[in-house]
Amino acid sequence: MKEVNITELERMFQEKIDQDIKIEPKDWMPDDYRETLIRQISQHAHSEIVGMLPEGNWITRAPNLRRKAVLLAKVQDEAGHGLYLYSAAETLGADREDTIDDLHTGKAKYSSIFNYPTLTWADMGAIGWLVDGAAIMNQVPICRCSYGPYARAMVRVCKEESFHQRQGFEIMMTLAKGSPEQKAMAQDALNRFWWPALMMFGPSDGESKHTAQSMKWKIKRSTNDELRQQFVDVTVPQAEMIGLTLPDADLKLNEATGHYEYGEINWAEFWEVVKGNGPCNKDRIDTRRKAKEEGQWVREAATAFAQKRAARKSA
Amino acid sequence: MSSKEWPLWEVFIRSKQGLNHKHVGSLRAADAEMALENARDVYTRRSEGISIWVVESNNVFASDPSESQEFFEPADSKIYRHPTFYDVPDGISHM
Repeated sequence: MKEVNITELERMFQEKIDQDIKIEPKDWMPDDYRETLIRQISQHAHSEIVGMLPEGNWITRAPNLRRKAVLLAKVQDEAGHGLYLYSAAETLGADREDTIDDLHTGKAKYSSIFNYPTLTWADMGAIGWLVDGAAIMNQVPICRCSYGPYARAMVRVCKEESFHQRQGFEIMMTLAKGSPEQKAMAQDALNRFWWPALMMFGPSDGESKHTAQSMKWKIKRSTNDELRQQFVDVTVPQAEMIGLTLPDADLKLNEATGHYEYGEINWAEFWEVVKGNGPCNKDRIDTRRKAKEEGQWVREAATAFAQKRAARKSA
Repeated sequence: MSSKEWPLWEVFIRSKQGLNHKHVGSLRAADAEMALENARDVYTRRSEGISIWVVESNNVFASDPSESQEFFEPADSKIYRHPTFYDVPDGISHM
């Protein structure tokens, strides 16, 4: 191989990015690019895994067999999405076990939304509709991310998640058309999940420290505020259609821009939840840790069984 | 990669009869049987496949991207392997 210095490699790397040539695992990449991706992909993976918990809470209490089968399928998808993403992170040299331990020790973050409790069945509707809706909005641009394995994983995830959002909307629509108590339950879930869903897009562009570099590297293709606005614009008419009211007195259509203007997001709350002080942070991590500890014997048994089978084959 | 983990497997799926197996991603499993079952659950939840291959990632030998220019050079320089290299006069068809 020719001797090339780092600056030259970095220049060639950025040139590839600018030409929309994907970066693949064994290609040269700047250390910061690798680290940024490992951080983002593993956070994303953790969000999928922790995201199973609020919904898992309702599997045994779904109102009928159809809803239960659908919820199970959705939660199973989230597990699958976590696995696609952990293996994408591994292609960058991240150790899977260490990655998971970073979640359990609180070193790694995951989406703040999953630290809110799911109090009623309507929350399954609000999560599918709003949380998966916001996640899709976030993930669609990542299908064009510069890093091949991440982009490919996102294509699969987005394809699968469109059913997640629809099933949530269907739950909300059904409740909204139901008895006054059911409609009130749907409205209550919307009231509790609306603002946390807006926070899912992350801090405002001015406050987001990674955005500029990530956009240059095409890891990120839209800013947090752009995506948030897109989400508000598509969701407002959906809420109107099913007769629910978004809990924002300042929400109004700006006729000139065609966009909905929304009220001030409670960033103090957002940062508290990110820091670990949300209503369910401790519970979520404890549950994940316990799952790993209590599954230890299963993993050991599988390893022993594989060894026994291999020994028998070679004998 | 730490030894506490199960080996990594690459997953290839044939989506339907007549098409080749295509790489879809990877996963960890204790052995080949478990890798196949996990691949089914992780990569074919919506009938994406009718056949799965799993190959332990250690057994994949790959060309080096930093040497790809030299490695693939023999093909790049032989443009006469492509039909567009040749002039065919107007009026000639079926060629």
